[in-house]
Amino acid sequence: MKLTKILAAATLVSGLATAAVAEDPTKVGFVYVGPIGDGGWTYQHDQGRLAVEAAYGDKVETVYQENVPEGADAERVLTQMALSGADIIFTTSFGYMDPTNNVAAKFPDVKFEHATGYKREHDNVSTYDARFYEGRAILGTIAGHMTQSNKIGYIASFPIPEVIQGINSSFLHAQKVNPDVEMVVIWAYTWFDPAKEADAAKAMIEQGVDVILQHTDSTAPLAEAAKTPGVIGFGQASDMAEYKPSPRVASIIDEWSPYYVKRVGEVMDGTWENGHSWGGMAEGEVVIGEITAPVPADVKAEAEAMVAAITSGEYHPFTGPIFKQDGSVFLAEGEVATDLQLVQMDFYVQGITAEIPQ
Amino acid sequence: MIRLEKRPSPSRAWTIATPLVAVALTMVAGSILFMILGKDPFAAIKTIFYDPLFHPDFAAFSRPQLLVKAGPLILIAIGLSMGFKAGIWNIGAEGQYIIGALAGAAVGLALYPAESFLIYPAMVIAGALGGWAWAMIPAILRTKFRTNEILVSLLLVYVAENILASAAVGWLRNPEGGGFPGSRNLSKWASSANPELISGTGMHWGVVAAFIAVILAYVVMSRHLLGFQIQLAGQAPRAARFAGVNPSRLVVLCLGISGMLAGMAGLFEVTGPAGQISIDFNSGYGFTAIIVAFLGRLNPIGILLAGLLMALTYIGGELAQFMLGLPAAAIQAFQGMLLFFLLGVDVLSNYRIRIGTGKAA
Amino acid sequence: MDLSAINPVVLTASLMVAATPILLAAIGELVVEKAGVLNLGVEGMMIIGAICGFAIAVETQSPLLGFIAAALGGAVLSMLFGFMTQVLLSNQVATGLALTLFGLGLSSLMGQSYVGIKAPSTPSLNLGPLSDLPVVGKILFSHDLMVYVSIAIIAGVWYMLRYTRTGLVLRAVGESHDAAHALGYKVIRIRLLAIGFGGACAGLGGAYLSLVRVPQWTEGMTAGAGWIALAIVVFASWKPWRVMIGAYLFGGITVLQLNLQAAGAKIPVELLSMSPYLITILVLVIISSDRRRAALSAPADLGKSFHASL
Repeated sequence: MKLTKILAAATLVSGLATAAVAEDPTKVGFVYVGPIGDGGWTYQHDQGRLAVEAAYGDKVETVYQENVPEGADAERVLTQMALSGADIIFTTSFGYMDPTNNVAAKFPDVKFEHATGYKREHDNVSTYDARFYEGRAILGTIAGHMTQSNKIGYIASFPIPEVIQGINSSFLHAQKVNPDVEMVVIWAYTWFDPAKEADAAKAMIEQGVDVILQHTDSTAPLAEAAKTPGVIGFGQASDMAEYKPSPRVASIIDEWSPYYVKRVGEVMDGTWENGHSWGGMAEGEVVIGEITAPVPADVKAEAEAMVAAITSGEYHPFTGPIFKQDGSVFLAEGEVATDLQLVQMDFYVQGITAEIPQ
Repeated sequence: MIRLEKRPSPSRAWTIATPLVAVALTMVAGSILFMILGKDPFAAIKTIFYDPLFHPDFAAFSRPQLLVKAGPLILIAIGLSMGFKAGIWNIGAEGQYIIGALAGAAVGLALYPAESFLIYPAMVIAGALGGWAWAMIPAILRTKFRTNEILVSLLLVYVAENILASAAVGWLRNPEGGGFPGSRNLSKWASSANPELISGTGMHWGVVAAFIAVILAYVVMSRHLLGFQIQLAGQAPRAARFAGVNPSRLVVLCLGISGMLAGMAGLFEVTGPAGQISIDFNSGYGFTAIIVAFLGRLNPIGILLAGLLMALTYIGGELAQFMLGLPAAAIQAFQGMLLFFLLGVDVLSNYRIRIGTGKAA
Repeated sequence: MDLSAINPVVLTASLMVAATPILLAAIGELVVEKAGVLNLGVEGMMIIGAICGFAIAVETQSPLLGFIAAALGGAVLSMLFGFMTQVLLSNQVATGLALTLFGLGLSSLMGQSYVGIKAPSTPSLNLGPLSDLPVVGKILFSHDLMVYVSIAIIAGVWYMLRYTRTGLVLRAVGESHDAAHALGYKVIRIRLLAIGFGGACAGLGGAYLSLVRVPQWTEGMTAGAGWIALAIVVFASWKPWRVMIGAYLFGGITVLQLNLQAAGAKIPVELLSMSPYLITILVLVIISSDRRRAALSAPADLGKSFHASL
């Protein structure tokens, strides 16, 4: 029997089943790129899954799969999850973009939500992402005020637009409050290698960096910062509260719960529609964790005011005048970056001396 | 007193029976593990071993997937097994797999968007050459400078991973991908696609290549002079030298073959199941294939079966994760157990167990 | 670019810390291989050490007990390998790889409730005036206990292999188990002891990651360190002090490349990122191409199963 026939039959049967037994719980699937125990990216997505369970109780059933490689295995995992009767599947890593769309073509009645991507080739595929650069603006502001050496560091993973947005946003806002500030970037060329992250933090500290921002998910840089008095850092992805009040003086938290709860709810009441969601502070998807005591009250107040301004939509972190590294104009006075400009960002802003790896 | 007595030749009956005994033992041990984790052991075992093959909802899809998953493992393992038999240690098939995929994809992407049936064969050749060239580095260093090939081939995996990352975010990036990492999708461009050849079978060019490799390896190892030389070099290096086997030539040949097959496996994956070059395109096939090679006792037919068994535990393990909520780690531990039992019980095919008061061994 | 910002003294001190996990694991594996056993399960034993050490250190608030537990954990896991390869005579390469798979899985199961917890800190030794000496003080006398322990183990293994009867027997077993057996040595018992020692050292190396260098527990946190340790043993041509050179070389380049990035060196990041591997290969090529040096080869019976057929 042909696969397409089987799939068609399966879809038909599941469609009938849903109609017949309305009490059937909505089945929600999650595909994770790492282990839940990574304490960062995947952990936060799983917190979102738990929030869905908490919100809907018996009316939902959630399933998940950890450690799914982005290569050849993703499509199989997705297909099997769809075959098992999932109503909506969240695929939580960029590398699942093509597999998500491929599988969605075969299961028109299953909803697919792909995180951080841009392809929506079918009506049952949505994409979603969070405006992490909004949070980076706050951290950059704090960093600019707090640095004594005027050197702030950024541990980056790979040279892709999202990471470059983060570097630019933090640097712009640090520079705004401290024109002498310098940005030191180290590319770890990995998403996850705690030992390497620790070494990167150490290298920065040895070269006079006293505020560390990170785009990799382990607490290793904070632990390294804790060894040198006067060096501070920020929680990344999760709050990393165990390093409060110092060296962790604030944190940028990926909060997927509101989005997951909302979208699953829409599937349940039949109002789900495909589209792209890029939520930020306003939607509660990017959260700044508690700003702790080493940060002076006026700086804290300034940071909180910026959170309020971004949340209300009054302020956009990429508002002109902003110049590219080569001196050309990126945004004119008062101009606000479009989402397209942001997602394609492949340059540093003026003032960063390093070069993006080509 | 229990002791082992070496059989003059491996027992045929036990050679066939040991894998079954091992699977049975794994089921028992695995049940205990799953019970500790608070899951129904029977359901877990059934989901892992039975459902991918016979579950009414999944089997039609999962069964052909066994071939898709096993194909690259078998292809790489066949190549590795020849070297291992000769005592040549290529631990870096993962790197050759990556470079093969990159070389093949680069050739294809350079010709995009031309339409020609010649493009795919050209990519396969480029993939094979890429893997071969990457394996030639340890081969030449070993033959010219006596540098240990274990170290060189292993460390070159990390170098290859770095090259892969820079390709995915740089020189092979999809120019229409808006700055996001990853190449064009090769499986969606007819000239470079490696599709399912017969619908519903999972058979793609990589699987075909794996089967051909099994047959060729069987012929070479049992009928050809090279096979004899490989066996001899592995079992009695000195005798091999007297018999006129050139050790350098053997190193170049064995590493070359394994690199070539690993490179081809990479190319078949990147044009088929994976579809594109991405930062984490490789997912450890090169290392898993080493296990497959030994699990198959370095014998082509054994490797074929071992590859399929490994694929079954991967696919069944995936089902068990989301059907029963078993953590991925439990599946990993379970696979480890299965391997232990398979390797350990093998003792029965080569040795007799004697119970009694014999001389202490 | 401001390369003057890279302080060689500080760099040396950090590379010692960065290299300690692989140093520990590698010296353990060296003893195992000297006894003629190839255990590719270093990564698995390291990560078991990492979680055992972390869990016990958190529960007891004592890093010292943590390290002891890590050594025990690594040794216990290695006994599984020992039983399989020495008693059931299974293939060592495959069993080692299976051990890695099993160790990674088991460690994650054990560590589920330890994610996001802070480890008790392991203090640097205060060596008083010694630590305050210029240059030497920072490089030699400002570390935590385990850095010194790792060097002591190297020295101990070197002494043992070179000057003691135990070392002689161990080497004999690795070079020719049949001859050693004929001389009346208990080949299997000696190999099991070596495997256990290797497991304990790998466990310590893992715990150094989870308790000092990182310090936290996350699944898969060894991220390939065990493989590097295996490469270092080969690099060292099975000589203890060269294990130290190899580990420090590798750790040194890793730390240096990050420092170069931080200093804004105009070298492509990809190249920097792969430099530790490339330079390690290059140095080994130079060492091994020198034909005057003999005895670079592995123990003759490395990886072969021993069965006393009488």
